[in-house]
Amino acid sequence: MQIKPILSALRRHKAGTFLIAMQIALTLAIVCNALFIIQQRIAHLSERTGIDEPDIFVIECEWVGSPTSQQADARMLEDLRVLRQLSSVQDATPSNSYPLNGGGWDDGIKLKPDQLQDSSGTTVYLADDHFIDTLGLKLIAGRNFRPEEVARIDMRDRLAAPQVIVTKALADKLFPNGDAVGKTIYLAGNPTTILGEVELLQAQSIDRWAADFAYRSVIVPRRLAASLGGFYIVRARPGQLDAAMRAAPAALFEHNPRRVINEQDGVLSFAQVRARAYERDRGMAILMGVICVALLAITAAGIVGLTSFWVGQRRKQIGVRRALGATQRDILGYFMTENLLISLGGVLVGVLLAIAINLWLVTRFEMSRLSMAYVLVGVAILLLLGQGAVLAPALRASRVPPVEATRSV
Amino acid sequence: MSGMFIHNLQLGIFSLRRNPLLTALMIMSIGFGVAASMVTFAVFRVVSGDPIPQKSSQLFVPQIDNRGPQYNRNGEPPGALNYTDALALMRAHKADRQTLLYPVSMSVMPEEAHRMPFKAAGYATYGDFFTMFDVPFQYGSPWGAAEDASREAVVVISRDLNQKLFAGENSVGRRITLDDRQYRIAGVTDHWDPKPRFYDMFNGRAYAEPAQVYIPFTYAMDQQIETYGNNNCGSGGKRGDDRESWLRGECVWISPWVELDSASKVEAYRQFLNGYAEDQRRAGRFSWAPNNRLRDVHQWLDFQHAVPPESRISLSLSVGFLVICLVNTIGLLLAKFMRRAPEIGVRRALGASRADIYGQFLVEAAMVGVAGGVLGLLLTGLGMLGVGMVFEPQIARLAHLDLSLVALTLLVAIVATVLAAFYPTWRAAQVQPAWQLKSN
Repeated sequence: MQIKPILSALRRHKAGTFLIAMQIALTLAIVCNALFIIQQRIAHLSERTGIDEPDIFVIECEWVGSPTSQQADARMLEDLRVLRQLSSVQDATPSNSYPLNGGGWDDGIKLKPDQLQDSSGTTVYLADDHFIDTLGLKLIAGRNFRPEEVARIDMRDRLAAPQVIVTKALADKLFPNGDAVGKTIYLAGNPTTILGEVELLQAQSIDRWAADFAYRSVIVPRRLAASLGGFYIVRARPGQLDAAMRAAPAALFEHNPRRVINEQDGVLSFAQVRARAYERDRGMAILMGVICVALLAITAAGIVGLTSFWVGQRRKQIGVRRALGATQRDILGYFMTENLLISLGGVLVGVLLAIAINLWLVTRFEMSRLSMAYVLVGVAILLLLGQGAVLAPALRASRVPPVEATRSV
Repeated sequence: MSGMFIHNLQLGIFSLRRNPLLTALMIMSIGFGVAASMVTFAVFRVVSGDPIPQKSSQLFVPQIDNRGPQYNRNGEPPGALNYTDALALMRAHKADRQTLLYPVSMSVMPEEAHRMPFKAAGYATYGDFFTMFDVPFQYGSPWGAAEDASREAVVVISRDLNQKLFAGENSVGRRITLDDRQYRIAGVTDHWDPKPRFYDMFNGRAYAEPAQVYIPFTYAMDQQIETYGNNNCGSGGKRGDDRESWLRGECVWISPWVELDSASKVEAYRQFLNGYAEDQRRAGRFSWAPNNRLRDVHQWLDFQHAVPPESRISLSLSVGFLVICLVNTIGLLLAKFMRRAPEIGVRRALGASRADIYGQFLVEAAMVGVAGGVLGLLLTGLGMLGVGMVFEPQIARLAHLDLSLVALTLLVAIVATVLAAFYPTWRAAQVQPAWQLKSN
């Protein structure tokens, strides 16, 4: 295929050529970044919590009146007994928070009492000896708490537990040699010994600020007995989640009606917890997807429109070329190549624009750098889109009969 | 003139119907572009609005660095105060009005025994809160400085809660039970729910359900009513072993606000804050130079990132989308207009001026713009239904397709299309009469 005649023809359609190239460039720039955002959001919402999600639900129970910590503790212990007795419930545990909750207690860990900066951030889960089994965590070193090691704590009490269980991620960060069990650490300024290690347990927050300690959680054998109330994490027997989610609040109210379990979100299955936590990410991915599809459609439509116009304008020339011996393939090839040249120009500018937009997103919104793979995928999509869009008008052009040469406009 | 305009309209309709495909492409292009921008703008408008426009430059959040350069983030003092500093600001009374606040959640016992207790969220604050933030009252009034000082069990409830408990009647002077404590109702607020809730950004409640109850801060402290919000201790500060020592420690959890209505008062308040921090240093509590802030509502919302990045990114990308749609429209209009070069040549030869050509084609473009605007409006309406799938429900709920948005949608569509038409029209007007006649 001769490129020179195509270039000289394009020179006569500077404006149209420029507009298509521009459109391709801008589309590429936005599509690359949108795809990248989609991928990042999906990666974020696919992160594991480490808990056995399908059978787990959470009850948020607030007390009526303002019981003292001792009273609240007594009520909690009774509630747990009630919950564990239900036939649809396998186990239950009290906690101040849970993964994806988006609220809770984050604190710092030091290795020496006089250390200035924390060795690591951490999410503190206040729990009892049922926590590991209820959540389905895997204990990979050391041992679980014994019932007698679990004690009550009030909101503002010092977190002075002699022993804690940490996640592997936290243990590896603090003790890279893999010998964390038995070591002493300073949690919120108080010395404590590592009793065991669980494989995986996500922090309560999935926000960017908590990303540093995403899986570095610590489980403390303390029941938070506060006048405000707290959470019960409940594990249903396999396949009985719905039954347990109905039975549990009913049994709690029957036992002690002086409580509030919010109708809308007082009882949440973990699937609901997950959906809420990742609302923003899912929404962003959907929006970016819609924008991508609409953009590609509009750009394709624009190419079809403008090429059709060119074909219409050049019917006579095409006829002349056909009369002079050009085959249908030649004409088809001409328009396809023309589009390819314009698209190549467009993607060249588009790649630069895509990087510029990404840099702006990086500085403005602390996003990560665009990986070149997305740029390449975007380039491929747009080149294919251009070729696809030009196909119909080009085919029409190739069917222009040679006799067209003899007709006047 | 009007005759010419109508003639142009007729020409436009005729021309648009001659290439239905191109016309449809243009209308769709404009429609989609405008709709995407408008939907994301509707959400952006919600999250970036000024929640208290009449006073946003007179209300300030004092921030005091009680952590020091080793522990604060990016050199910024924490976003709230500890009890010591909060009380010191109240006692100093250096502003026209001042208040402290922290969120509370209390159980309401309805008087009828068969009704279940429920939770009401709200704030422990000072009487100045209501005047500072222009809270409208349906019945009664705020409590006064006397009630603050005497730590009285008074309460201001919301119109909603009053509806729930007293069927909307004037309940001022009646008593309600919150968490087993009796309160006298001082006032009932009218609907009041500024978005974002600028005064409680520290607890991330920018789009939370409206507050139902307000009780005196002093009474709440007396009764040891716990905060329902954040408690941020940093990693170096003294945090205490129980409630008493926690109160004396350096954990921050109280949001302070002051009202200052002139630049000189703002300056004086800054100096007061620096003086206070200096005193604390002399007393040995701080070992660093005063590092305070006094941000007004706008600066505070900025600092607290009130606008979610998602909203900014999606608005920016939607505007980019609109730009692409416009580039697309320019191309299509160019194709459409230039296809009619022979017709233009004839019109020019028959005496039409360049201005006539401009008129004809811009009117035609405006018609595309109107059609695109109407389609855009429909799509925006559809998009608003889907906003809940894309943005968080608390925010999506607030985004509405109101009259101003309808007008803006149409306006953007028409203005954008006419702007896009300038270049193609200019090209069309350049067509030479003689040349076109010759080629025919």
